[in-house]
Amino acid sequence: MNKRTFLDPLFRSSPVPVLALGICSALAVTVKLEPALVMALAVTLVTGFSELLLSLIRNTIPNRIRIIVQLMVVATLVILVDQVLKAFAWEISKQLSVFVGLIITNCIIMGRIEAFALNNKPLPAFMDGIANGLGYGIVLVVVAVVRELLGSGTLMGYRIVPEHWYVSQGGFYENNGLFILPPMALILVGLLVWIYNAKQAKSVW
Amino acid sequence: MKLRNLIQFPDKLMRKMAPAFRKGGPLSFLHSTFEAFEAFLLVPDRVTDKGSHIRDANDLKRVMIVVVIALVPSLLFGMFNTGWQYYTALGTTTAQVGFFQIFWYGFLKVLPLLVVSYVTGLGIEFAIAQIRGHQVNEGYLVTGMLIPLIVPVTIPLWMLALAVAFSVLIGKEIFGGTGMNIWNPALLARAFLFFAYPGYMTGESIWIDGSSGATPLALLTGGTAPLEHLSSLAVPLEQLTEHASIWTRMASHFHIGVVPELPSWTDLFIGLVPGSVGETSVICILLGAAILIFTGVASWKIMLSCASGAFLMSLAGGIPFHYHLVMGGFAFGCVFMATDPVTSAQTETGKWIFGFLIGVMTVIVRLFNPGYPEGMMLAILLMNTFAPLIDHIVVAVHVKRRMKRIAAHG
Repeated sequence: MNKRTFLDPLFRSSPVPVLALGICSALAVTVKLEPALVMALAVTLVTGFSELLLSLIRNTIPNRIRIIVQLMVVATLVILVDQVLKAFAWEISKQLSVFVGLIITNCIIMGRIEAFALNNKPLPAFMDGIANGLGYGIVLVVVAVVRELLGSGTLMGYRIVPEHWYVSQGGFYENNGLFILPPMALILVGLLVWIYNAKQAKSVW
Repeated sequence: MKLRNLIQFPDKLMRKMAPAFRKGGPLSFLHSTFEAFEAFLLVPDRVTDKGSHIRDANDLKRVMIVVVIALVPSLLFGMFNTGWQYYTALGTTTAQVGFFQIFWYGFLKVLPLLVVSYVTGLGIEFAIAQIRGHQVNEGYLVTGMLIPLIVPVTIPLWMLALAVAFSVLIGKEIFGGTGMNIWNPALLARAFLFFAYPGYMTGESIWIDGSSGATPLALLTGGTAPLEHLSSLAVPLEQLTEHASIWTRMASHFHIGVVPELPSWTDLFIGLVPGSVGETSVICILLGAAILIFTGVASWKIMLSCASGAFLMSLAGGIPFHYHLVMGGFAFGCVFMATDPVTSAQTETGKWIFGFLIGVMTVIVRLFNPGYPEGMMLAILLMNTFAPLIDHIVVAVHVKRRMKRIAAHG
């Protein structure tokens, strides 16, 4: 197994900024850090295990119905994650709402299964899935930290910006409401794409 | 002789300093900053000496200065109005304080906004030009003047600085600088403030320094109208849908007169009402419009079609047409924002469509969206987005028509 299989998806071919996969959910669940972390974990597990399972049965799936088989596997795993969240983390499950179910349609999963798992052995496929989930998670966490810090003044629900800074307490500061809204997430992801591209260009030149 | 020396002093100084900033000089890394100041203070001594360049006295610097001059009446009136609103809210009469005291108060309130806008915006422009090795251009001169004019005078300065930084960096420089931006940078700054700090951009507590009071537009469109007005109208509750509430409130204003704070049309036209710094006086805006149209800097087609779009849409009811023109930022946006040569449609037919849709969109937002009392900003930003598409369609239709003509004549 190649070391790059694991390291590349984290930065060099990171799913959101470089492959432009999974952007939709990156905008939706990054208002607060906590749901973003849970979402990253869920996607990592689902991607990893669905790639592992599909890689195991890759030689027995008839090519013509492979998409349906992939969906079955991914859907089963997503339902498992969803049920676990509902049982043990009800609050976060409510915050993530439909987006857990929509992991099925997350382009990263289907994209990596098609591009990697169906042509590789189980262990590399598993590593690829985990790494892509983590690469997605890194972006999610970066965006969520900025948005929660500037939009709500908290991190993981803990207050970072001191209470007495706020205008209502006689200070000068106000939370920036734009960071709560989806457009700012899009702009932040755009800035990340910029950073990744700039780094990429440097490594190429 | 003495005076001549004085006038020539900056010229001589710049020439003496110039070699240090040229290529190979000790300060060559600052050459775009130097060139910016040189071009701003003097006429550069280097002109194109070969090639087929068209020589015209009308360059970017002159266009921008004309717009700034056209904005001066609104700015001066905005300063006066700031003071006027303050002293009126205090209950002082004009006779007690005098014209200059009123103006001076407003001047001291508006000047910081101008300074913050220019210092932040030009600072970023200079830094970016320096990093890219570009020349600093004059594009920000107008934006920096527009931004203080379209915000409430009570906006905290750090918020203003943040909005300016956002609009210059995200709205303009990322797309390649002056002339390459998709959206009007000044409006983008306002949109940033509007969505980031809504409590400081709309509502009843912000327009007048030291006191409170809703803008006439907010009172009419119901964005922030006090609830007591609704209950005092004594209409059945089920009729109080958003649209109905505007209707009834309008009816009450024009026939019964339940909303006493609403100024008359003449008041709105003259502009001594609460509002963003430069947007209240339609007289001053028309003065600016005359300058812009006379010099050919802004397109009268956009202004005219913008008003006609508003006229057509205002037939849908709610507020009468002549009120739309003088309330809120309509006149200001129509004259100074929609006509921005960079972000508006470029084709002549496109300008008619572009302006018309802005007018329509503004009235739609005013009438049917009680959450946003003012639709001008959103309408212009939306149509900025579609301006390239409008141009594309206009050109495509034109090409198609001519192809048909060719085909018909064999």
